[in-house]
Formats: sequence, C-alpha cells, structure tokens
Amino acid sequence: MSDTPLQADRDKAFAFLKAQARWRWPEIALWAFAFASILLMPSRALLINEIAILALFALSLDLILGYAGIVSLGHGAFFGVGAYTAGLLAKAGAGAAPLSDPTLGLLAAGATAAMIGYATSFLVLRGNDLTKLMVTLGIALIFQELANKFSDITGGADGLQGVTPAKVLGLFDFDIYGKTAAFYSVTVLFLLFCAARVIVHSPFGISLRAIKGNALRARAIGVPVDARLRAIYTLAAAYAGVAGALLAQTTAQVSLDVLEFHRSADTLLIVVLGGVGTLYGAVVGAAAFKMMYDFISSYTQQYWQFWLGLILVVLVLFVRGGIMGLIARLTGQEERA
Amino acid sequence: MNAILQTKGLMRMFGGLTATNNVTFSLPRGARHALIGPNGAGKTTFVNLLTGVLAPTSGDIFFDGQNVASWPAYRRARAGLARTFQINQLFLDFTPIETLGFALSEARGEGAQFWRRIGTHRGVVDESVDILERLGLGDVLTRRVGLLPYGKQRLLEIAIAVAGKPKALLLDEPAAGVPEGEREQILQVIEGLPAEMALMLIEHDMELVFRFAKSISVLVQGALFAEGEPAEIARDPRVKQVYLGESEVEHHFEARA
Repeated sequence: MSDTPLQADRDKAFAFLKAQARWRWPEIALWAFAFASILLMPSRALLINEIAILALFALSLDLILGYAGIVSLGHGAFFGVGAYTAGLLAKAGAGAAPLSDPTLGLLAAGATAAMIGYATSFLVLRGNDLTKLMVTLGIALIFQELANKFSDITGGADGLQGVTPAKVLGLFDFDIYGKTAAFYSVTVLFLLFCAARVIVHSPFGISLRAIKGNALRARAIGVPVDARLRAIYTLAAAYAGVAGALLAQTTAQVSLDVLEFHRSADTLLIVVLGGVGTLYGAVVGAAAFKMMYDFISSYTQQYWQFWLGLILVVLVLFVRGGIMGLIARLTGQEERA
Repeated sequence: MNAILQTKGLMRMFGGLTATNNVTFSLPRGARHALIGPNGAGKTTFVNLLTGVLAPTSGDIFFDGQNVASWPAYRRARAGLARTFQINQLFLDFTPIETLGFALSEARGEGAQFWRRIGTHRGVVDESVDILERLGLGDVLTRRVGLLPYGKQRLLEIAIAVAGKPKALLLDEPAAGVPEGEREQILQVIEGLPAEMALMLIEHDMELVFRFAKSISVLVQGALFAEGEPAEIARDPRVKQVYLGESEVEHHFEARA
C-alpha cells in the first residue's frame, strides 16, 4: 500500500525537506565565479583576498546574529585574537614549517578564538539585547587594550612585524601580487561556508532558528537553549578567529587595527547590507561593501562614508532583507524562513 | 504512589502579591483533570511553575517520582512534562513539517546533531506526518505556520506538545479564541489523546470542562479552593459563589444544579 494518501504525504514531506538544503545553480555559479575571478582579474587579487576575509568574518557574525539572534558589537575581539595567534605563530616559526605553516596557524587561531568565545559566552548570553551589545562591546574593548598594553608580545601600536608564513600546504608561496593569498582565502572561505551551510540545515541549526523564533517554546520542547547558544557562539568565534588569521598571514603583519571597534561595526553593517540569516548575505555584502568603497573612494576619498550611510539607510528602510532580500524579490522567489 | 505530577506547599510571590498560595496538588497517571477558576485566579502562573517557566518562591514539585522544583524548563520537558500555551507560541517562519520534525528530533535526543541535514531520518519524517495527519494538519504540511488559520495554529500547538509522547500534558486553554465551527475538532483531538497520557486542562469554557474532565480542581486567588468530581463541583454553592458575575459560567452551574 505505497500509494495511500498518507504515504503520498510522507513522500511529499520527505522531498520537501530534502529540497530545502539542495544546492541551487546560482550558488554554484557564485563560487565558480569567486575562484575564476582570481584568474580573470589577477590585478585584483589583493582586493579579492580582502573580500574573502571580510566575507568569512561576516559569515561568522551571521551565524550568531542571523541564525541564533545574538546581537554583538564586539565580534572583532575574536578576529583580533585569531590574527595575533596566527601572526605570533608565523613569527615564531620564522617562515619555516611546522610553526609557520599557514594551516596550523588557522587551526590554532580558530581554537584560541573558540576558547575565548566559549569562556565569554557565559557573560554574553545573560540579559537582553542591549545587555548583549554592551557586554560584547566591553569585551572587545578589553582585548584591544590588552593588545596595546602587552606590546612586548603584540608589538603594540607599531604592530607585529616579521610575520612570515610558510608555503601553503608546503607547496604555494605567498606572492606579492596576492594570487596565492586570494586562492588561499577564497578556498578557506568556501570550505567553512560549506560547513556552515551543513550546520544551518541540520537539526542543531533548526533548533537555533527555533530559539531565535521563540525561546519559550523551544525550552518547552526540551531544547537546552543556553547550551545551544553557547555552542554556536563558540563556533562563530572560531570562524572569526580563522578570518583574522587569514588577514595576518596574507598581509604578513598584525596591527592593533584588527581589534578596532570599526571592524565589528563594519561587519554588522555588511551582514545587514547583504541580508541577515542567509549565509550568502555575508559573502555578497562583503563584496558589495568593498567594491562600493573602491568605487566611491575613487571619486571622493573623504566622503565615501556619506554614500555608504545613504545606501544603508535606503536599504534598511525600503528593502527588507538586504541584497539577498532584494534578489529574492526580483526573481519572484517567496522569501522563505 | 500513583501520581505523575504533584506539588507540596507550592508558593509563588510577585512582590507583595501571592500568585500561588500553598498549593498541594496531585495529578494521577492517565488523569483527565480540569483546573478551573475565575479570571486572575493564578491558573497560568501555576502551569508556569509546574513547567519551569517560573521558579517557585517555596515548595516542591514532583514529576514521575523526582523533585523537579529546581530543574530548568527544558529538563522537565525532556522528562516527559509537556504543555501548550494559552497564547500561541509557534515558530512562525517554519512549516508544520519542520516544526514537528524539530520537536521529534529533540524528543529523540538528536537535536544537537549538526553534521546532517534535517529530514534524513525517514522515521522522524514519517512520524511527523502521521501526527500532523491525525491532528488534521495533513493538508498544510509545507505551508508557513505564520500563514495558517488560527484554528490550525491551535492544533499545531497540541501537535508539538504530544510529539514527544509526554507522560503528562498541561493544556492551557486550548480552545481559546477558536471560532465556534472549529472548536469541535480541537475537542475531538484532545479526547483522542492516548489514555495513559495524563491531561490537565486549564479552561474557562465550562462546556468543554464538563465534557472532558473526570475530576476538577478550582483555584481561587492562588489557592486550591475545591476539588472533586464534576458533579460535586457543579453542586458546590461555594464554587458558584466565586464565579458570581461571570454570567456565562454562572449560567452553566445553574443548568447543572
């Protein structure tokens, strides 16, 4: 009796859930373009590298903001911790494996940021949104001042010099045109994006969306809300740490700037610009942000923030869901979830 | 001891106000019990205390033999104490199939799995569909919850709560606000719940109460005021007294007296 109405509904539901996580061709096209762009526009490799790093950082913020509803103004702390971890490792190894190995640097940066993320998650997850904003901001300020204070380790205001990562996978040397850097960063972004994509479509991911949607009900279903939020906060911290590590390795330096407040704020802006809770919003938002900066500042060096601000206001007020929301509307796709 | 859920001297204060006053209460396994009381009697506060949304000021709560008074809400839910809400608490941008699949995954202890997409466990999907069909939601499996008619949303409230096969289910005004034509469906769903599942219905609608309940507790100003079989409660002049002014209810007692 496989064609009873019940069985038909079961099959329909099964197919529906399967379709949610399916790769669609625009996604494949986007990633193909991301890799191809390095070959097509080698003179833009440094810009592509920057975009990839920014996108990864924004992606990590989208994981907590878009999927778990945790607002943060201090996400840059993890980015900075990752940058210093990778920078110090590369410096310690003096350009030779194993210590200067970039992959090791990424793992170490991710792990360090994750540990700090887990430790601070207990503070961050208390209280309401405003409390969260202030606590995350406060933690970021503390880390910034620590990096400034311990200048014998971090180089203080002069920055960390002599960051010399070894060849990527022992094969590819970082070149001055940034081609290796761009391939390296885009690849890391792609891999971590795929992982994030799996996670947001998993039972764990749907429980986060449920918590964001209605924490009261999630608890009544038996979801350990705090533990789940701590887990995603820790993961997002690791992602941000890896993004920071990419910046340290590909630019061969770390300055106090990695811990500046504007990084956290810019990233929040990028996620909103791209579309919160879409993953792709982080990537598209980062590209749009960087290209807008490049474009506008080629006309007016000083006032680019004016135009950025104007675009942001228009987008937030009149186009719900950022660039991804705009695309969904233009292609006539119902904005889902 | 045949009670699934018990309280001893349960108290809850909000500042100087006593919302729950020294309640010692027992819900037998497989019960069909109703908790009634005039507006502001503290019925929902009592449910919130039982389920861990609120912490008691003092007193104990026993569920399935364990003192759960200090347990967080999610642990009580996992132990088999489920509830529905007086005001819909749903995930508006989910679909019913996602909602049920999620609730079932959590009940099976698979909610933290991050390495596989949802819907790969055929058993979970099939069971979700079965429950939804049984509760009259089979035609809206893949519609957004926020777009469902109110009556369907009320049914989904119950579907979520029964997904984990709880030992006790607290139904907080399940038919509240449901248009007359759709009430009957909700009543039938409640009556069709497994006999071994203890049910406590918090309700204002006396027709529903007297049709459903085998026993009734009356809560007045946070304290247990009367307990007994429906016929006794209906005859009790003191109960009638506390409902004075709530004409609809009054009328119901008149009819039964």
